[in-house]
Amino acid sequence: MAEGVRPRVKAPGSAEAGEIVMIKTLISHKMESGQRRDSDGDLIPRSIINRFTCDFNGTNVLDVEMHGAISTNPYFEFDVKIPESGDLQFTWYDDDGSVYEEVKSVKV
Amino acid sequence: MNFKTLSVVAAVALAMPALGSADPDDDTLIINEEIEVATKVEPAEHLDGALYEVISGWHFRNDDTQAMEMDDFDNPAMLGAENGMAIWNTADGSEGKSCADCHGDAAESMKGVKATYPKFDEKAGTLMTVQMKVNECRTERMGAEAWSYDAGPAIDMEAMIGSQSRGMPMNVAIDGPAEPFWEKGKEIYYTRYGQLELSCASCHEENYGNMIRADHLSQGQTNGFPTYRLKNAKLNGAHSRFKGCIRDTRAETFNPGSDEFIALELYVASRGNGLGVESPSVRN
Amino acid sequence: MEFSRRDTLVLGAGAVALTSLPLRVAAAGEEEIDAFTGGADVAEGGVTLDAPEIAENGNTVPVSVSAEGATAIMVLALGNPNPDVATFNFGELSGSQSASTRIRLAGTQDVVAVAKMGDGSFAKTTKNVKVTIGGCGG
Repeated sequence: MAEGVRPRVKAPGSAEAGEIVMIKTLISHKMESGQRRDSDGDLIPRSIINRFTCDFNGTNVLDVEMHGAISTNPYFEFDVKIPESGDLQFTWYDDDGSVYEEVKSVKV
Repeated sequence: MNFKTLSVVAAVALAMPALGSADPDDDTLIINEEIEVATKVEPAEHLDGALYEVISGWHFRNDDTQAMEMDDFDNPAMLGAENGMAIWNTADGSEGKSCADCHGDAAESMKGVKATYPKFDEKAGTLMTVQMKVNECRTERMGAEAWSYDAGPAIDMEAMIGSQSRGMPMNVAIDGPAEPFWEKGKEIYYTRYGQLELSCASCHEENYGNMIRADHLSQGQTNGFPTYRLKNAKLNGAHSRFKGCIRDTRAETFNPGSDEFIALELYVASRGNGLGVESPSVRN
Repeated sequence: MEFSRRDTLVLGAGAVALTSLPLRVAAAGEEEIDAFTGGADVAEGGVTLDAPEIAENGNTVPVSVSAEGATAIMVLALGNPNPDVATFNFGELSGSQSASTRIRLAGTQDVVAVAKMGDGSFAKTTKNVKVTIGGCGG
């Protein structure tokens, strides 16, 4: 696992049935793009989070394919429809195989 | 043309507006819809008329950058402050103590600290910055190793401590035992360094609001430090920023944690007395 | 990360080399758009792409995309060494077909958002973003 990677999610704790709520996510990650060179002129290998998903009770909300042009500490803002009480599941996939997860419960 | 004239020409060229007006805007800074921060204040008396208004660097940034600082979730600097809080609560060193073991809840015990530092420390008999105080605790009470100046954990801790004072007015003492340090800092502030022969004042007193290439020059206030720069996507300490500035004058610079930068930090902080603490801020 | 002056020069040299090739080369982003659309026609407009006219720093540029009725939106930065930025696939419980993120732009360039609509058609919007070069060590 890359060092110091910590996910953060901002989601409301409660909502009306069928309400659309805004979600913000931020994860600490340097997102090494693979385009930079070190002081010896050698390319620094790419090391990024390449995919982010959000599901609610197992049903998909958003699935993002990410490339090296996403900034350090990737940030996303999007809307979710909350049909019932349940869990929002957030998953980030690292190039190195690590998977970072976060869960937020929403009460209707 | 002698070298002096050349450097004056260079300085003028640097300060020439390139993209129209770069004057500070009139927006209001409220963090988390809760903390009001004074970003434009009357200059302190000791400025002796050098500035007619003291303005936070926040006003010199565009709306998108400003917005990032107005909500803790949108502010990537808070990642560092959060890490600082985790370190605060974690035991370290031979004594097996954490910061919290002695100082309890940082929200209480560290409130107001950033607003009054750097500060003369009676026991140490010298001027101390927040990072020096933290290292004093680490080495003398925790039996832990001192952190390098402006290194990752030190800057995260400083950001966390700073965030406990947000909205409080900067109010560093410059009299009594602090005075010689303040005088030394002031002398450095007005000394022209490097091949470009630029002092801090050349840019941040005489030319704030103008463009330096495509960038707005601010007053170089420290009320928001440590600051997350979009440019390098990390928290930056005031001393590291001083170093970057002096390097850009094409000079040999002082090092973070040096006596020169400790004195300069006090002097620059005193120029911002009255500004609300923003730490950790977001700049470009 | 940041692009140093040297990186930018290298990029520039690459661009010159490309334009001086005698054979026709695909315009930046064309390949990626074709892969996304399967070669289908792409209508202009119908996608909202919010990005600053002038970005304060190319390292962290806020962008938002939105297209009502879209199943996916792809974002490309045509002037980057690799134009791919992100593709947002909207699931059953997405509250709106919109999303915001922060991206890297290697310099002043066109940013493109291509939306795949629910009926299988495609739409795109292009926005030019000027990236300023910082004054101090930027």
